[in-house]
Amino acid sequence: MAEKLVVIGAGMASGRMLEHLFETAPGRFDVTLFGAEPRGNYNRIMLSPVLAGEKQYRDIVTHNEDWYAAHEVHCRFGRTVTKIDRQAKTVFADGVETPYDRLVIATGSAPFIPPIAGKDLHGVRAFRDLDDVEAMVAVARRPGASAVVIGGGLLGLEAAAALRGRGMEVVVLHLAPHLMERQLDPAAGYLLRRTLESRGITVHCKAQTKAIVGNGRVEAVALEDGTVYPADLVVMAAGIRPETRLATDAGIEVARGIVVDDFMVTSDPDILALGECVEHGQTVYGLVAPLYDMARVAAKTLVGESVPFMPVQTATQLKVTGVSLYSVGDFADAEDREEIVLRDAAAGIYKRVVLKQDRVLGAVLYGDTTDGAWLFDLLKRGVDIGAMRDTLIYGQNHTQGTTADPLAAVANLPAEAEICGCNGVCKSTITSAIAGKGLTTLDDVRAHTKASASCGSCTGLVEKLLMATLGDRYNPSAIQPICGCTELGHDEVRRMIVAQDLKSIPAVMQELGWKTSCGCAKCRPALNYYLVATWPGEYEDDGQSRFINERVHANIQKDGTYSVVPRMFGGLTNAAELRAIADVADKFNIPTVKVTGGQRIDLLGVRKEDLPAVWADLNRAGMMSGAAYAKGLRTVKTCVGSDWCRFGTQDSTGLGVRIEKFMWGSWTPAKLKLAVSGCPRNCAEATCKDIGVICVDSGYEIHFGGAAGLEIRGTEVLCHAASEDETVEIIAALTQLYREQGWYLERIYKWMKRVGTDSIKAQVVQDKDRRRQLYERFVHSQTFAQVDPWEERVNGKDAHEFAAMADVQLMQAAE
Amino acid sequence: MTDWIDIGALADVPSRGARCLTTPLGKIAIFRTADDRVFAIDDRCPHRGGPLSEGIVHGAQVTCPLHNWVFSLETGEAQGADAGAVRTYPLRLHDNRILIDAQTLRARSAA
Ligand code: SRM
Ligand SMILES: Cc1cc2nc3c(=O)[nH]c(=O)nc-3n(C[C@H](O)[C@H](O)[C@H](O)COP(=O)(O)OP(=O)(O)OC[C@H]3O[C@@H](n4cnc5c(N)ncnc54)[C@H](O)[C@@H]3O)c2cc1C
Ligand code: SF4
Ligand code: FES
Repeated sequence: MAEKLVVIGAGMASGRMLEHLFETAPGRFDVTLFGAEPRGNYNRIMLSPVLAGEKQYRDIVTHNEDWYAAHEVHCRFGRTVTKIDRQAKTVFADGVETPYDRLVIATGSAPFIPPIAGKDLHGVRAFRDLDDVEAMVAVARRPGASAVVIGGGLLGLEAAAALRGRGMEVVVLHLAPHLMERQLDPAAGYLLRRTLESRGITVHCKAQTKAIVGNGRVEAVALEDGTVYPADLVVMAAGIRPETRLATDAGIEVARGIVVDDFMVTSDPDILALGECVEHGQTVYGLVAPLYDMARVAAKTLVGESVPFMPVQTATQLKVTGVSLYSVGDFADAEDREEIVLRDAAAGIYKRVVLKQDRVLGAVLYGDTTDGAWLFDLLKRGVDIGAMRDTLIYGQNHTQGTTADPLAAVANLPAEAEICGCNGVCKSTITSAIAGKGLTTLDDVRAHTKASASCGSCTGLVEKLLMATLGDRYNPSAIQPICGCTELGHDEVRRMIVAQDLKSIPAVMQELGWKTSCGCAKCRPALNYYLVATWPGEYEDDGQSRFINERVHANIQKDGTYSVVPRMFGGLTNAAELRAIADVADKFNIPTVKVTGGQRIDLLGVRKEDLPAVWADLNRAGMMSGAAYAKGLRTVKTCVGSDWCRFGTQDSTGLGVRIEKFMWGSWTPAKLKLAVSGCPRNCAEATCKDIGVICVDSGYEIHFGGAAGLEIRGTEVLCHAASEDETVEIIAALTQLYREQGWYLERIYKWMKRVGTDSIKAQVVQDKDRRRQLYERFVHSQTFAQVDPWEERVNGKDAHEFAAMADVQLMQAAE
Repeated sequence: MTDWIDIGALADVPSRGARCLTTPLGKIAIFRTADDRVFAIDDRCPHRGGPLSEGIVHGAQVTCPLHNWVFSLETGEAQGADAGAVRTYPLRLHDNRILIDAQTLRARSAA
């Protein structure tokens, strides 16, 4: 039986601990994870860029549903643990008791809310989790809204800059005489203030908040000195306190934080604690780097190994775009200390290094932080800098007599220099991963070393390491090969297929020097598409190079069943079709019938072996595959148009049906969705489709390059057409150009960005001959493409897909 | 001790493809590579249970159709940055017939 491990708090520290645990001892623990937030673990650090609108929540998720499922973690998100019963060894959440063998407390910190009048008003928020961010963004969206941020530390300033970036009026109230007094000396604090003010942020230091004023909702903040700042939002960023309530109530030893020993064990040997909620050696921590070390230690302790936690210093950086600031160590003035300062007022640069007996004790850099890692390294190693004292402040390049080449600076860093502070990754770990594992991209480095995967402020350094290690082989803007099987990019491959008359996948691989014997799951479907699109009627489609959905013409579901979506041209259906769908649902016990976002009906949960019979019934009622799985024509949505609607200018329904009847079956680089709206009210949402038509009195406005999935963008207008015939010709020509130029999996909007709208308009609109040729090539290709794949399979094609090869049970019985 | 049983012809499995074998304890996927080697592994991705028999076969590897983990058909190990493994079963090819060792299946059901 696996031991029961209960973890309270799904935050950054426990997330990292679980990663270590599953790496070293998979399956050893049966893990239940409680999180007060209604979501799994994400990179809390990156809430600042999310608030600023530079990133989205989904970009910062560190552990997704798949990850938890893969490690069989019982997730209790949105459940706050309210009590630990140490005698019974259980925890309580929402009245439900969960037993544990080992318990880990990782509850992080709670924002410190100063006890001032009005702190509970609506519109007063801390800056701690995603809910806070969403609430702040909601206020920031209101035109003319203003914010007061209480606290000019790291958190407060990141919030202030982000909200200002969203257009709010922002005031920062700070109790101390200068900003970020814990990390910056007054001079750097001043420069920072100047930068923020130049962006329109008001900074009020030595500010004593008297009260937050408002009637139910905040209206203003009043200071002791009589100043009043209007506010629709007040952000409380006055500090954090370890979240220790559960431990205190349970009688576990708590000082400022939950007291732990070197192995993260609390006063109860079965209970560990880590993260911001703990106190170790009379210190509490508030940056992730030491917490990640705790995570490693705690995971070791859980599996019975004793590796002590050794606190190391951490450098601080402010994540405000355009502000470079770095501070590390102790930089307070004192008798026995010396300092070296460099100022370049014009360039807004300030550097200060604090020394004690020729050793670096601390450093503050503002405006130019390139030497941060180097100074930090000197500090950590306690290097005697006597010999380079005179040039130290000019930086590593100058000091070591190298050129001002930034690559040289990185190349000169010692092997153990820390590159990624968040994850504690040093230079040699990265360079040896690059060399040893053959990494060539930033993403590779992130996946294998975690460097630059948290706050991202070391991304530049990591890229320079890639350049320094790989030389010319690293070129982020170079042609991206299709995959690891070739050096060639999509364009080259497409060109050679035509130029060398290559007509099969093995021919392409042979002639173009593929590095693998038969490709991979990335290049094979791409090549198959390129060949289908280039040689209609000649190339024999290779089912084994298609993703399962396109091989069996239905969409695979998470449980291995399939969904079936019959075509409803232009979103039109009738009683007979609906009856057939209903009958099929009954006959095959199909659990879910759903109207899709594409104006048709989805039958979900069909067993694979039933597919041909389901299709046979649908075929009989005149329905065919809707290709809801295809990198090909999906749907043509329509509105009711002039047939019924009092505003309709043209027959949008009829045109949609005509287009879908003409274009179904065509394969395209990525899926292709169209819509036709009967007037500019645009009820068919044509302006976010790959290709859209807006009918107007004078004819048809043709749009293209919209998207409403992973990215949202409105279409651009391609041209105006006078008749339905012209519209159809232009759309087919546009589609054909896309089919010939698009990279596999590249939607129209991306293709358009890559090749430029002008080049597309020139070929499809201006050059009428070229348009005609494209149109004719499309028509030719359609003569081979319009075969209903369901009907083929009902008639026996690929029967092996739908039946097991043998049943071993029966055969054994027969023996 | 081995006990080989005939589960079908090589031609029953598409080249660079797979078929399933129903067994008392679930499905086993039988793969055939481009160079006509055959392999058997559990038809259940250790990630989230994806049917590996439906993945794209390349070399002696298969890519899971659900989230693209790649497994070696020879060792059952996940490739690249993913960690995990599927169980493999010995197969033999004799006169273009595919044979599986019933013993390993029984051992499995006993386990
Ligand atoms: C069924 C449906 C949801 C629904 O119940 O409404 C659906 C279901 C799926 N969508 Fe969708 N999408 C559906 C309409 C849409 C729409 C709305 C529309 O078409 O008007 C969009 C936004 C429009 C767009 O594409 O820009 C949409 C954007 C996506 C995306 C994001 C694509 C992108 O490039 O940004 C994906 C992911 C992908 O393709 O890689 C996706 C992928 C999927 C997949 C195929 C996920 C998968 O790979 O398994 C889902 C298949 C479920 C199934 O088996 O049926 N679906 N999907 C809709 C089917 C429409 C149809 O009748 O064919
Ligand atoms: C906006 C922002 C920017 C930051 N920027 C940086 C930075 O640039 N660099 C840096 O190093 N650090 C930064 N930090 C700090 C860093 O995020 C924290 O140090 C880190 O997240 C702490 O990890 P943790 O696991 O201890 O706590 P958390 O990540 O806070 O996780 C604790 C979790 O426990 C949950 N919880 C609490 N009590 C209970 C309960 N009773 N039951 C169930 N669940 C409970 C909480 O809801 C929370 O989700 C930043 C923090 C914020 C908020
Ligand atoms: S939005 Fe589309 S892809 Fe996402 S869960 Fe819904 S149907 Fe699936
Ligand atoms: S189930 Fe196989 S990769 Fe997710």
